[in-house]
Amino acid sequence: MKVFIRSAACISAQKTFKNDGFLDDITEYVGTRLTIIEPDYKEYFDPKAVRRMSPVVKRGVAAALECLKQADVKMPGAIVTGTAFGCMTDTVTFMNRLVDDNEEMLPPTAFIQSTHNTVAAQVALSLQCHAYNNTFVHKGISFESALLDGVMLLKEQETKNVLVGGTEEMVDVSFKVLTRLGLFKRWPISNLELFKTESKGTIGGEGCAFFLLNDEPSADNLAELTAIKVLYQPQNIAESISSFLADNGLNPADVDLVITGKNGDIKNDAIYQPLISDLFIHNAIANYKHLCGEYPVSSSFALWLAANILKRCEVPEVVYERDSPVDIQKTVLIYNHYQGKYHSLMLVSAI
Amino acid sequence: MSAPVYIVGLGVISGIGNNVAEHLASFEQAKAGMGDITTLNTIHKGQLPVAEVKLSNEQLVATTGLPERSSRTALLSYVAAREALDDAGIPNLNSLRVGFVSANTVGGMDKSEDFYVQFHADDNKGKLRNIFDHECGSMTEIVADQLGIGDFITTVSTACSSSANSIFYGARLIRNDMLDVVVAGGVDSLTKLTLNGFNTLMILDKEFCKPFDENRAGLNLGEGAGYVVMVSDKVRSMLAKQPYCVISGYNNSNDAYHQTASSPDGTGSYMAMKGALDKAGLQPSDIDYINLHGTGTLNNDSAEGTAIKRLFDPEYPPVSSTKSFTGHTLGASGGVEAVFSVLAIKNQIIYPNLRFETQMSELSFKPETRFMKNQHIKHVMSNSFGFGGNCTSLIFSAV
Repeated sequence: MKVFIRSAACISAQKTFKNDGFLDDITEYVGTRLTIIEPDYKEYFDPKAVRRMSPVVKRGVAAALECLKQADVKMPGAIVTGTAFGCMTDTVTFMNRLVDDNEEMLPPTAFIQSTHNTVAAQVALSLQCHAYNNTFVHKGISFESALLDGVMLLKEQETKNVLVGGTEEMVDVSFKVLTRLGLFKRWPISNLELFKTESKGTIGGEGCAFFLLNDEPSADNLAELTAIKVLYQPQNIAESISSFLADNGLNPADVDLVITGKNGDIKNDAIYQPLISDLFIHNAIANYKHLCGEYPVSSSFALWLAANILKRCEVPEVVYERDSPVDIQKTVLIYNHYQGKYHSLMLVSAI
Repeated sequence: MSAPVYIVGLGVISGIGNNVAEHLASFEQAKAGMGDITTLNTIHKGQLPVAEVKLSNEQLVATTGLPERSSRTALLSYVAAREALDDAGIPNLNSLRVGFVSANTVGGMDKSEDFYVQFHADDNKGKLRNIFDHECGSMTEIVADQLGIGDFITTVSTACSSSANSIFYGARLIRNDMLDVVVAGGVDSLTKLTLNGFNTLMILDKEFCKPFDENRAGLNLGEGAGYVVMVSDKVRSMLAKQPYCVISGYNNSNDAYHQTASSPDGTGSYMAMKGALDKAGLQPSDIDYINLHGTGTLNNDSAEGTAIKRLFDPEYPPVSSTKSFTGHTLGASGGVEAVFSVLAIKNQIIYPNLRFETQMSELSFKPETRFMKNQHIKHVMSNSFGFGGNCTSLIFSAV
């Protein structure tokens, strides 16, 4: 059985949402943190409701609804999301009141909306969808865990389609804490120059991307999700990638384009370099984190990118690290790792 | 795809015991775990009863060998997961594909709360070691590393149904032939965030909770961890011991009614139970015991009771809420109660629902109030429902 990506909707630091263009009008940021290009939410919610929604909830639900609309699906057969940090805005709001007011006279709203499953729950609520609903919260493989759940649901023939999303918001508190923990660069940098200077640290980001997976071949599908694999602290990543490709009947040379998770941090990126100059010496190479920043579910941005590359038979110039000798892309491999521990491989193919 | 998934190991820690044996003793002696707050530094001390694990962080550190700075969530998780894996006694674990699927809702929030007090006053302050493992996934990672499990690890968080969903996901990883062995369940420790959060919702009983009682007045929070070890048929055949049972049914449905409240007719609960029965190929009359979600709130017990009535009326199996012993352990409850459900089959017992006095007026059944031995227990249903409308039912069946 094949798993297809029927539609994809992505809210990010770039004009990726409801935009006919494909990364052809890039937004530059100077600093160490990329923000979100907020869509017009009127199309999805009552304006009064929007004011009560935290950023990750409104972005997540809007991306989910837009994804369904593009797929022309009214009711998904399952809703699965991934997020490492969950609903930070509401968590911080509640924590502030907790400390400031010494646990007295606290309002419940922020607590109610602070649970990690809020986005998946609000998507279900807005659709009145009683189907399977799950949320994964495992660091840099939160989105991959959700995607794997979606693939299994289709293989188990539980349902004909699954809505899968990765959602993350970066609030000031997280940005400050992660900066103190040394994740980000110490000096402002243009995101478009991210791979040009060799230094420690990356740039922070956030985003929400949803996908409708189904098992029906159709000319309207964006791409096939051929395989996904998650690795924890792999001993030899080149071997792991080779065997992943071999499991899918492929040699490294069969991959048209490799999308890496380079994030501009010399330590983080060290693992990609030998692959680019050895295992994938003959392949085209692309990067994406200069466009959306680093965040635990950024691989959902990469999947959106891969699905669109395959559908449009077009690779945006801005993502290339090493150009492709061939025009039409058939097979894309996404290889990302998060802070060295969690590695994921997603193989995406043209339909 | 419908290959059996066997339960071969159990581990649990909660307010009524630090291991499986202590839990069984507490059940038989009708010994509840609630009392005054001792671990949390909160203004609610002495006001709101909670069911704390009766070990301090220092004692847990000494028992587990984990670093002193560890979150209580990771400490509790490790105690129960270790017990489960030891109980399973799987030889040559390293030669098998082993996964750890855990669940929680608070992550390292207990430590983050310490951090945040200083950070909130000056964002260059606060010890970073107290925030480093804030994420839910960190708890799972710490314990997986201790257990030596690395083939697959992940974390589920769907509020109070979290660890029922992790067990469900773990069973499917085996059925899809991705893993041979999965340790699955969940954990939560008491935090100021959850205590105050539930307090703002005005659903905490100031007395010990009375699940499924007409005069119930809310829930008591608890803490703990519960894990089951699940194995494929191939691994089961390698074991010297008999499996405790199989996981025969599971279903996850969404109530889609309100972010926190359950629908009056318990739509999500009904669909979860019905779906689990269908998956197991069982009729309602096949169920020998239901371990209720039974939080003790007006809303949950009414919705869950209504859903049970719709599905089971007029023949009800014995039902009880073990939260009358452990309090509501939130993200851990599905794992903790899965362990109790398996033990009900293994030991042919039914747990009492403590402090029950008056039958709910809208229901035509009431919970079991006695500890019952020598019962014929073949199929047990375990319910876990949570915020966000997340409803999951699991069914365990004797082999």
